[in-house]
Amino acid sequence: MSTTHELVEGHLSQSLENLRTDELLLNMGPQHPSTHGVLRVVVTTDGEIVKAAKPEIGYLHRCFEKHSENVDYMGVAPYVDRLDYLASMNNAMGWAIAVEGMVGIEVPRRAEFIRVITAELQRIASHLMSFGTYGLDMGAFTAFMFGFRDREMILDIFEMMSGARLLYNYMWVGGVSRDITPEAIAKIKAFLDYFEPKIDEYNDLLSFNKIFIERTKDVGVIDVDTCHSYGLTGVMLRGCGVKWDLRKEVPYSIYKEVEFDVPVGSGEMGTLGDCWDRHIVRMREMKESVRIVRQLIDNIPSGPHRGKVGKVVKVPAGESFSRTECPRGELAFYIVSDGSAKPFRVRCKSPCFLNISTLDELTRGVMVADLIATIGSLDIVLGEVDR
Amino acid sequence: MTFEEIHQKLLAKFPQAVQGIEETVPEKSLKIHPEHIVSVIRFMKDEMQFETLGDLCGLDYPALSASCVAYHMQSYAHKKVVRLKCYLPREGAAIESVTSLFKAANWLEREAFDMFGIRFNGHPELRRILCPEDWVGHPLRKDYQTPDYYNGMPVPLYFDNPNESTAGNAHK
Amino acid sequence: MIPSDSVVMTSVDEVLSWGRRNSLWPLTFGLACCAIEMMATGASDYDLERFGCGVFRATPRQADLMIVAGTVTLKMASRIRTLYEQMPEPKWVISMGSCSNKGGPYWHEGYHVLKGVDRVVPVDVYVPGCPPRPETLLEAVMMLQKKIRVQESSMGLLGSLRKQV
Repeated sequence: MSTTHELVEGHLSQSLENLRTDELLLNMGPQHPSTHGVLRVVVTTDGEIVKAAKPEIGYLHRCFEKHSENVDYMGVAPYVDRLDYLASMNNAMGWAIAVEGMVGIEVPRRAEFIRVITAELQRIASHLMSFGTYGLDMGAFTAFMFGFRDREMILDIFEMMSGARLLYNYMWVGGVSRDITPEAIAKIKAFLDYFEPKIDEYNDLLSFNKIFIERTKDVGVIDVDTCHSYGLTGVMLRGCGVKWDLRKEVPYSIYKEVEFDVPVGSGEMGTLGDCWDRHIVRMREMKESVRIVRQLIDNIPSGPHRGKVGKVVKVPAGESFSRTECPRGELAFYIVSDGSAKPFRVRCKSPCFLNISTLDELTRGVMVADLIATIGSLDIVLGEVDR
Repeated sequence: MTFEEIHQKLLAKFPQAVQGIEETVPEKSLKIHPEHIVSVIRFMKDEMQFETLGDLCGLDYPALSASCVAYHMQSYAHKKVVRLKCYLPREGAAIESVTSLFKAANWLEREAFDMFGIRFNGHPELRRILCPEDWVGHPLRKDYQTPDYYNGMPVPLYFDNPNESTAGNAHK
Repeated sequence: MIPSDSVVMTSVDEVLSWGRRNSLWPLTFGLACCAIEMMATGASDYDLERFGCGVFRATPRQADLMIVAGTVTLKMASRIRTLYEQMPEPKWVISMGSCSNKGGPYWHEGYHVLKGVDRVVPVDVYVPGCPPRPETLLEAVMMLQKKIRVQESSMGLLGSLRKQV
C-alpha cells in the first residue's frame, strides 16, 4: 500500500502536467532604474524565462539631424556633445575630424596631442561609468561609489581645461578651443599615478568577484558572425575575440605614434563573447588608455592650439563618411555638403543603436535577471541611440 | 582594393545595375539601380569580403525631386568603406529591403521609413521607431512643418510672438 | 519651539513640515545628460544623502520628490504625467536643466521635444544649467526645503490637510 507521501507526490505530478500557464507580458517601462536611460523593453516571459524582449526606443529623440541642418558647422559641435553624453570629448573629436577631412585643414601638432590626451581620459571616464553602473545593476553599490569618485577627478581636470564638467564644446574644427596649462598637465600626471593601481583594485572588487562571475559568465553570448550581421563594433566585437580597433587599423590623429595593445575577450571565465568578456575588455582598455596618456603627457610640443580657421567654416560641396573609435563602438558621421555655410544633411551612425537592436536575439530563453546583466554589458547611452 | 577596382568589378558583374559614379569630394559614391540593390549587396557580402553593413540612411533632394537611400558597406579585410546610393522618386519611394542579408538593416530601414517615408518591401516589421506610432509626417524631409499640437500639448516654443511663449500651465 | 532640558514644545505642523522637508525621497527619473549630474550629486563627492534625500526610490508610490532631469520628449510626456499622478501627496517637482525648463538647446527645431516639463506637471523649483552643476542641484533642494517650511507654516495643519484632499 503506498504511503500518504507517495499519494500526494503522484497527485502533484499529475496536476503539474495538466497545468496550463499563460505567458506574461512585462513592461520594463521607460522609467526603470536599470535601463540606463529611457529605454522601454517589452518582455514576454514564461514564468522566469524570457521568451522575447523587444526594445522600444525613441523616448529621447531630440532631433539632432534636423538641428544640424539649421546651424553652421561650428554650431553643430554642442549638439554632437549631447549625443553620447558620457563621452562627449570623443564625439566632438569625431565631428571635428569629419569636418577637417572635408575642408582639408591641417591641425597643429600641439592640438593633436591635447586631443588624444583628452580623448583617452574621456575613455577612462566613460568606462568607469560603465563599471560603476554595471556594478549597481548587479547590486554592488560600492562599485558605483568608487567609479564616481575617480570620475570626479577626471571631470576636475576637464573643468580646468574647458570650463565645463560634462558637456565641454572643447574640440573645435581645426584644433581645440583653449590651450592646456601646466597646472592641468601636473594634475593629469598626478591622476595617472593615483589611478593605475586602482584598476587592479576594481578588478579584485568586482571583476573577479565570485558572485559577479556567476551572474555574467555564459550570459549574453554573441559570436562573430552575428556581430557582422548586426554591424556591431567596439567592445562588442572585441569581446568576441576579434582584434579590431580603429585606432590601430585605420589610424587617425596621432594614434600611429603611440604604442598600446588592443585587449580582446578570450572566454576565460565562461564562453567566448559573454558579458564577463565585454566587462574585462573595458577594464583592460582603461589600462591601455593610461599607457597612451603617459606616453604623450610629457612630450606635448609647443605651437598654436588651433589651426587657421575663419569665423565661419567653409566646406566645399561633397560627401564624407568618417568614423572614430568611441568608448561604445565606431561613431560615424556622414556629412553631405552643398557648399553653403550649413550642412545639407548630417547623419550620425551610432554604435549603441545597433547594440541595443541585438537584445531580442541575445536574451532568448534566459532568466529575467540575465536580461538585466545583458543590458548592462551592452553599455548603451540613450542619447546616442535616439539622437 | 581601391574604389576604382571595386567599381570595375561590380560593373563587370552587374552592367545594368551600376549607373555610374558620383564624383564628390573627398569620397566618391557608386550609383546603383534600386531594382538590383539586393543582388549587388549580396555579391559584395559573399564574394568581395564586405562583411558588414556599416550604415543605411535616407536622403532628401527636393531640387532633384528625388529621395535617396545610401548604403555604406564596410570591409574588415580591406579596411575600406564604400558608399552605394540608390535614387528613388520623392513621392511613393519604395525599395527592396536587405534584412535578409544583414540583421542591422531591420532597425536602420525602420528609421529611414520614419524620417523620410521610404518604404522597404519585404521588411518584417516596417513601423516607426523614433517618433511615436501616431506621428504624422516624415520629419527629416526638407518640406516638413513642425506640428502645432501633439495630443493637446503645444509643440513650438512660441507661435507668432517670441515674447508670448506657450508657457507651462499644468494643473495638479 | 521652546527647548528646555528634556522637553521640547512645538506645534504639529512644524513637526510635519520638518519631517517632510528633511526626508524628501526622490524618484529615479533621469532622462538624459542631467541624469548623470543628478547621479554625481547622489554619489560621494556631493552627497545628496546628507539632505535627507537618501534613498532614490524606483517606484513613484514611495517617492515624494520628482527631479525631472533631462529633455522631455513628446513620446515621454504622457508617461511623466502618469508617474506624477502615481506619486502620493504631498509631492514636489524640481525641473533640472534647461531642457526641462524651456526646451533647452532643442527649442528651435525640436519637433519632438516638449518645451518645458511644466506643460504636463506643475513645477516647484527650476534649476538652470546645461547641465547644472551638482552644487546647483543642492541649492535647488535647499530652496525647496525652504519653500516647504514657509508654505506649510503659513497654511497650518488644517490648510495642508485640505490641500491634500
